[in-house]
Amino acid sequence: MAAAGMKKKTFLAPLGKDNPVFVQILGICSTLAVTNKLENTMVMVLGVMFTLALSSWTLSLVRKWIPSRIRMMVETMVIATYVIIVDISLKAFYPEMWKQLGPYVGLIITNCIVMGRVEAFALQNKPTLSLIDGLASGIGYGYVLLIIAFFRELLGTGSLWGFQILGSWWTNWSIMVMPPGGFFMLAIFIWIAHEGFIKKNKEETHV
Amino acid sequence: MSEMLFPIAVFFAAIFTDNILLTNYLGMCSFLSVSKELETSAGLGIAVTFVLAVTTALNWVVYHLILVPFQLEYLRFIVFIIIIAAFVQLIEMVIERYSEGLYFALGIFLPLITVNCAILGASLFMIIRDYSFITSFFFGLGSGIGWLIAIMAMAGIRQRLKNAKIPPGLDGAGIALVIAGFMAMAFMGFSGMIQIS
Repeated sequence: MAAAGMKKKTFLAPLGKDNPVFVQILGICSTLAVTNKLENTMVMVLGVMFTLALSSWTLSLVRKWIPSRIRMMVETMVIATYVIIVDISLKAFYPEMWKQLGPYVGLIITNCIVMGRVEAFALQNKPTLSLIDGLASGIGYGYVLLIIAFFRELLGTGSLWGFQILGSWWTNWSIMVMPPGGFFMLAIFIWIAHEGFIKKNKEETHV
Repeated sequence: MSEMLFPIAVFFAAIFTDNILLTNYLGMCSFLSVSKELETSAGLGIAVTFVLAVTTALNWVVYHLILVPFQLEYLRFIVFIIIIAAFVQLIEMVIERYSEGLYFALGIFLPLITVNCAILGASLFMIIRDYSFITSFFFGLGSGIGWLIAIMAMAGIRQRLKNAKIPPGLDGAGIALVIAGFMAMAFMGFSGMIQIS
């Protein structure tokens, strides 16, 4: 019973109060760049989720045998292995997407969120729990970026997933698909999320 | 454009029109967390510039002279990250041994650099764009200087912001991202000045 509760708690935390993007501000480097199209973002997010969940699981399995002095090196190796799997499968099955994403797939290795979850969680917890944590962090990370990509693509080009949604009356906000748009969208998202949490905390302290 | 001038064009493009931070979003983590003080950001920026220039050139050599002949291109991620980590470690030891002052100025930033996306990013860009050795070196150097300019400008603005009234929800990372957005808009003013494919 306690174990099931722990699993549920581990799963839910990264979706809200421990969200990697708007609470911990981790790992926006490699993925913010591809949020100008919903489809690209989806592929990147799936790649990050795959890497995050499986490297957490793998490192948690071998955590007792890793000497602490070289643990960074071991972590990087495991993460890089999974990223290579993502890279070569994309290249084989989805070459157009692979070309568009360019170097950003490889940059999942240096995405702080992967290393961060491994260091903070997987090295102290059991494999199943680490897998759940990795998966949940991936989802918590992914939905924020998908929301950002949704607005950037809709406002910037009037389309979603490559299909034209808004009619000819719509004037494209081309700033949204350019680099500043990404910064502004993320800032707005963080602002809204923080305002919400601040209010909630105040109410809790009042009671 | 003539062959001779191409590396120079890439160098300036990497600083202004194609800034690694403001147009490619690379190196955001340390950019947001370290940019509170002007002096520390300058230290980190210089360390990043140095490591970027050298590792980009080093990775070019390893990729074209070892990985390509043996058809091991798919191993490039692992090889690049190991070279970067090893180089950073080496620099740390050399600085510690020969220059105590520099070690205390730069030393604390060096471990941070290994996981800076900008370093690996520059190496991957150079492979995809198929740059020559000289061009790669200038590309790495330019990217580093571009990053240095961005983080120092950011630190300067944030020091001023200490006295400003910011909405509580936007304080911290939120306001930093808004500033980064404005800086990216300013840098868009450079676009079109240098054309490189």
